[in-house]
Amino acid sequence: MKAFSRLLERLYYEHSTLGKERLLLDYFRETPDPDRGYAVAIIGDSLSLPNFKRGMVLELIRARTDPNLWAMSHDYVGELSETVAHLWPGVPSEEDLPSLSDVVDALRHTPKAQLPDYVAGLLDRMTSPERWALLKIGTGSLRIGVSARLLKQVLARYGNQPVETVETLWHGVDPPYEPLFAWLEGRAEAPVVIEKLTFTPVMLAHALEEKDYGLITPDRYAAEWKYDGIRVQVVHSGIGRALFTRTGDDISGSFPDVLEHLNFHAVLDGELLVQRGDEVGSFNDLQQRLGRKSPSAKHMADYPAGIIAYDVLMLEGEDVRPQTYTERRTLLANALDHYQPAGIRLSPELPYTAFSELEDLRGSVDNASVIEGLMLKRRDSAYVAGRPTGPWYKWKINPKLVDAVLMYAQRGSGKRSSFYSDFTFGLWSGNQLLPIGKAYFGFTDAELKELDKWVRHNTLQAFGPVREVRKELVFEVAFDAVQRSSRHKSGYALRFPRINRIRWDKPAQEADQLPVLETLLPPGL
Amino acid sequence: MSHPREWIEVRKEGVYCRAGDFYIDPMHPVEVAVVTHGHADHARSGHGHVFATPKTLAIMRSRYGDDHFNGAEHPMPYGQALEINGVKVSLHPAGHILGSAQAKLDYDGASIVFSGDYKRRFDPTCEPFEPVPCDVFVTEATFALPVFRHPPLEDEIARLLVSLEQFPDRCHLIGVYALGKCQRLMVALRQAGYAETIYLHGAMVRLCELYEQLGVALGPWDVVTPENAKTLAGRVVLCPPSALKDRWSRKLPEVLTAAASGWMRIRARAKQKGVELPLVISDHADWDELLETLKDVGAPEVWVTHGRDDALVYAAHEMGLKAQALHLLGYEDDSE
Repeated sequence: MKAFSRLLERLYYEHSTLGKERLLLDYFRETPDPDRGYAVAIIGDSLSLPNFKRGMVLELIRARTDPNLWAMSHDYVGELSETVAHLWPGVPSEEDLPSLSDVVDALRHTPKAQLPDYVAGLLDRMTSPERWALLKIGTGSLRIGVSARLLKQVLARYGNQPVETVETLWHGVDPPYEPLFAWLEGRAEAPVVIEKLTFTPVMLAHALEEKDYGLITPDRYAAEWKYDGIRVQVVHSGIGRALFTRTGDDISGSFPDVLEHLNFHAVLDGELLVQRGDEVGSFNDLQQRLGRKSPSAKHMADYPAGIIAYDVLMLEGEDVRPQTYTERRTLLANALDHYQPAGIRLSPELPYTAFSELEDLRGSVDNASVIEGLMLKRRDSAYVAGRPTGPWYKWKINPKLVDAVLMYAQRGSGKRSSFYSDFTFGLWSGNQLLPIGKAYFGFTDAELKELDKWVRHNTLQAFGPVREVRKELVFEVAFDAVQRSSRHKSGYALRFPRINRIRWDKPAQEADQLPVLETLLPPGL
Repeated sequence: MSHPREWIEVRKEGVYCRAGDFYIDPMHPVEVAVVTHGHADHARSGHGHVFATPKTLAIMRSRYGDDHFNGAEHPMPYGQALEINGVKVSLHPAGHILGSAQAKLDYDGASIVFSGDYKRRFDPTCEPFEPVPCDVFVTEATFALPVFRHPPLEDEIARLLVSLEQFPDRCHLIGVYALGKCQRLMVALRQAGYAETIYLHGAMVRLCELYEQLGVALGPWDVVTPENAKTLAGRVVLCPPSALKDRWSRKLPEVLTAAASGWMRIRARAKQKGVELPLVISDHADWDELLETLKDVGAPEVWVTHGRDDALVYAAHEMGLKAQALHLLGYEDDSE
């Protein structure tokens, strides 16, 4: 357990991928089975510990600390495991800790009623970094910058095998992966696996900058709308169907209706949106669906989900990624035409003869609740995982801007924990400020420190973790669109608000008035 | 008797003693200033009369030149009281850095102690903190949350020494405050048996020389130069935190970035700074020390300045003390 805690600690602070790789390789070499296999499972997030819950950890710490000091500490640190690790009373003992596999074994098999005592007994003996490691094992989401992909690459490197082979085997082996390690070390044949549905890494676009404008000509680049939904990959093969996000999370359970739509064997790349017949729903509609793990029939009928498809990766068992964009699009159009799947439609190509027409098209986009700009795709490009420079560009519409006044601040989490970095701002309605939105990025780290300090010195009162501040600081807020909203007191909701500039110089009285949003509403609403 | 709230106020220049017409650690030039210690956000140049310990005055001269004041310097050894316009003022060790002091003010039968920045841990480079009985105790709150419990200095030094052994090919570049932290780290390394030459960024040199003149032995050290930079693999190099990601550090071989600060306890903070080896070494009191100090001083009333004041005010109330936050804009409560 101590070795694993040291590994996590080092991985957490190591920022180069090569360095992380070296740390993992050393650990695999020096650590016996089954500890190293459990370490792989923990880092790869494939270990399930159903009885170890956040709530249990909260109960344990609440029984040991003052509730107010706990709240202030958690608010400051921004992360449960780390706060508990620092706050846990007691002095670490000199004696050694049980092995990682003993700990995992106990966490899996200790009866639910006895688990809190077991965990508390371990925490009592641990240092702060060791406590953090234990809590991270239990509650998941390590955030140490090691993706499942990297982990597989390191395993491949460890056994000097192609990463593709490791990826294929991966889905058929379970923690602590002893047969996998035996094969990697040349002590045994490769483990036999049964095929599973897998995610194929997606292709991403660069933002189009002014210097790139000259590249975009009708003979080289095709134009499509950029939709404001959720990028998904929908898979249908001989063994079943699945729906993945662009990062490979399986969200099949949330969208059984979408899975039904794909009535032929393929892997499609497209945008998930709410679609009622020909009408495409807003992002707000989609959000109604996103939160639900298993939506009811009524909910699916109220917010029917569909896909606007823009690419095909596999078609009837064939990998078509090496073919050109033009060829893939023809295949996709023909397949959709042939199978006529309900709820899946083709993203139309936007014809143009000169770049200026694209500028006009982009300028014409106003109902940004469905479209957020243009995609420009090189006609001769293959489908490549990652974000290569050149083949795909995204060209988002210009943001809208207002000057709003900071009203409330809250500490952030993750990278920005311990700083006031979540800001609620508002516009004037007469003498009163009404909140219009919240943003937590758009500023530099140096500005973040300034803002944090400003908030702490200008607090009027605190409501739990939220601080109300003096109404004196103006933000220039950028956003993609504004919609009417009955959920907000101001009557408006902003889409994708971010802080464009901090206007230290501007008096709050000169910030914008609420009616300015009325003029920025999409037409016809 | 008049309560200190009747003769102390917070102005934009800093804390002002109305009865004696002087400021404590003012942020702008004033006629009369009492300075608790030499850090730049407490000791500024351009005051008329400066009251401080002889060592703090030496630090100010070293940083700002012999003419850092317009009127006169008034050296005040620890424990020796004098009067400024009818207010009795004395300085007492704060344990923060060399020469650091708490300022005690007595007026009309009441007393208040401004502790400045302080810590209770052992520090071989300065005199230890001394609890001074008073009616109102003004405390800092830089690390005033129970998540801040600084580990023993020896443990952090040991981690650094292990890393030096593990990575003999990497130059260990440590970001530290040039005044106080730098010299404390050097002495702690010596006490742990590290006898190698320690290499310094040019910005640390003058203050290290001053510490040595004032009797703090630092062992062998040298300045990083374009000539020796390439040879510093496996060595300890100290630089100001701002130089960690500077062009300056690029000439060093295979840099392993470290930083010594109480903030290193919080993972996200260390990561934000790109630190690979966070050393939790602080010259401020941690949570346990802050509470212990409130007990040791025994003042019935506490004012809390820069930092996380809400938690300490709450804890002081729980201890049965009167407590309130005192907002002092301008102090760099985020740096250490």
